[in-house]
Amino acid sequence: MSIRHGLLALLERGQMYGYQLRAAFEESTGSTWPLNIGQVYTTLNRLERDGLVRPLPEHEGGQRPYEITDAGRADLALWFATPISRADRPRDELSIKLALAMTTPGVNVRAVVQTQRSATMRTLQELTRLKYASDKPEDLPWRLVLDAMVFQAEAEIRWLDHCETSLVRYRPAPRAGPPARSGAPEHTDEEVHR
Amino acid sequence: MTVAGRPVLDLRDVHRTHGSGEAAVHALRGVSLSVAPGELVAVMGPSGSGKSTLLTLAGGLDSPTAGDVLVEGESLGALDRRGLARLRRRRIGYVFQDLNLLGSLTAAENVALPLELDGVGVRAARRAALAALAEVGLTGLGGRFPDQMSGGQQQRVAIARALVGERRLVLADEPTGALDSQTGEAVLHLLRRRVDAGAAGVLVTHEARHAGWADRVVFLRDGVMVDATAPLASVEQLLAGSGR
Repeated sequence: MSIRHGLLALLERGQMYGYQLRAAFEESTGSTWPLNIGQVYTTLNRLERDGLVRPLPEHEGGQRPYEITDAGRADLALWFATPISRADRPRDELSIKLALAMTTPGVNVRAVVQTQRSATMRTLQELTRLKYASDKPEDLPWRLVLDAMVFQAEAEIRWLDHCETSLVRYRPAPRAGPPARSGAPEHTDEEVHR
Repeated sequence: MTVAGRPVLDLRDVHRTHGSGEAAVHALRGVSLSVAPGELVAVMGPSGSGKSTLLTLAGGLDSPTAGDVLVEGESLGALDRRGLARLRRRRIGYVFQDLNLLGSLTAAENVALPLELDGVGVRAARRAALAALAEVGLTGLGGRFPDQMSGGQQQRVAIARALVGERRLVLADEPTGALDSQTGEAVLHLLRRRVDAGAAGVLVTHEARHAGWADRVVFLRDGVMVDATAPLASVEQLLAGSGR
């Protein structure tokens, strides 16, 4: 997602100036994505350059409101209509870290997993508290943002549980000579069925 | 979500072994857990880790092989069968995975049953049952039989039965069962609210999303407890040998 589409969506509600946009952006994402005013104005300049918004005459207070153009509306409609590709998201540092932990000598991988699970579990508790505290009907957009984060945290914990179960069964191949082929963990019945 | 006061539930170095000799299965091995008024503790762990055993011991439905279980300071091991049954009826609310509602009784009768068994008069028990049903959002549905209600409504009846009267300890074993996520969440909301009003709660679940409703999350593995929300391991611990 880009800030740009966030601002276009807000301007679709009506004309706004920079500080109003920032406040509305933070409100609609429950302050999970804080913006600084510099980012707002840089983005507005780019949107203006691309013909997606246009500036209006300054208010008496010196604030210049912006409004969305027809081209901006079309861009926004396209954004809403297009699914987000997983490939567009940042690389997952956690899975890379775990993979590296398994191949780095002297790292206690189960402790890395446990530490991450504790942290993610705490995040999940905090998110749930926020949800519990926002149960008014008008809180729904915010609750759905929270739900998205809750489901992501849950998925991460499930994956960590899976990693831990797999680690119990994992016996690294001896490292003598050329690197051994990975992906063939040995199973010890005793440990698997314990 | 405040936590204060004497623990409502106190498990002290509890062991539970099924069978003996080589066939012995150690369901719990030295588990200690205190739950204070206003505190909800989630117990997580893989299948067979001892989660449900812990809950049945806490509810006085089973006895430990060693160690002590105290409810509001009273040792369950020191009570005779009648005393234990009375304590279970008065102080402990149990929400089972398979609701255990009696199909031949209405919702209100199901909820009133534990009170009536405890000697409360029919009218007073019914009043309390209707109040408990109202608390779970089932006002006006007290006259329905379980098979006239949706799965979510039946689960709410089971919760009302666990909350009716002044139960101080609520034990829930996968209480959201096969409910959809919205209905399941409503059930957890009810549990949370009751705990916030001063009860102590233990929630057994395998879903992290549900454990998120708890103040504390403990993890059972092979009958041993580790705190799943304990402080982070130090860098030294993380790098101290392979440990696998």
